[in-house]
Amino acid sequence: MSKSIQLHFELPGNDLALAGEASSKVKKTLNQLGLKPAVVKKTAVAMYEAEINAIIHAGGGTLAATIDQEKVVVVVRDQGPGIADLELAMQEGYSTAPEKIREMGFGAGMGLPNMKRHADLLEIESAVGQGTVVTIIVYL
Amino acid sequence: MTVAELATKLNLRLLTKTEATKKVTGVYTGDLLSWVMSHAKKNDAWVTVHTHVNIVAVAVLAELACIIIPEGIAVEAATLAKAEAEGVILLGSDLTAAELCWRIYEVLH
Ligand SMILES: Nc1ncnc2c1ncn2[C@@H]1O[C@H](COP(=O)(O)OP(=O)(O)O)[C@@H](O)[C@H]1O
Ligand SMILES: [Mg+2]
Repeated sequence: MSKSIQLHFELPGNDLALAGEASSKVKKTLNQLGLKPAVVKKTAVAMYEAEINAIIHAGGGTLAATIDQEKVVVVVRDQGPGIADLELAMQEGYSTAPEKIREMGFGAGMGLPNMKRHADLLEIESAVGQGTVVTIIVYL
Repeated sequence: MTVAELATKLNLRLLTKTEATKKVTGVYTGDLLSWVMSHAKKNDAWVTVHTHVNIVAVAVLAELACIIIPEGIAVEAATLAKAEAEGVILLGSDLTAAELCWRIYEVLH
């Protein structure tokens, strides 16, 4: 790969059925590029969690993936309520997901810890009332 | 072993028209999607009571061999259609999740 590859997706917040679609498409591209299975797996888990969060906690957003010679960068951006206490949100098991969402198997409070564990680099910028930007970097 | 062979051995019902030629090397059960995403291994058969369409994305992203719905639980048509579109194999069984894990472990070892 001499140039970088860029992918961009809208994450509709009103359709939970589409949750995971963007991550699935990015993952397909990563596989087609012949990236190492471990890189694909790490990226897949982390970006799926970020995508789901934007949809269930922030009413949707966008997912952008860039792949160059050395890394995969996934940026998930939303204009939702933001995260007031990031340290608390990062704790395993902490979740504000409504009961209806939990019944579907989401909202285990594992998303942010999972991102942290699988990304080589995780950056979360969040402002209450403005939104959240999650940047996931996985090195090839 | 292929998913089709596993289905024959355990009398599983193939719910999707997806070709059941994928390899299955293990079994995982759990209903918390985040947990399954990060802990299930590639080519595991996944036993879950969820039947909504989001289980398909989990199977794709975690590269699972198939999804098995226990205890005769009915699966939404939308989920089956999505699974077929994504090449995911869905199966049904009258056994419980625990029985399925035990039997699958047995035939794989
Ligand atoms: N994009 C986001 N916008 C607003 N709040 C968020 C966002 N992502 C995470 N949060 C908050 O952080 C909590 C923990 O997130 P996470 O670890 O993914 O667990 P879960 O999604 O299962 O609740 C969420 O319950 C929510 O309160
Ligand atoms: Mg989450």
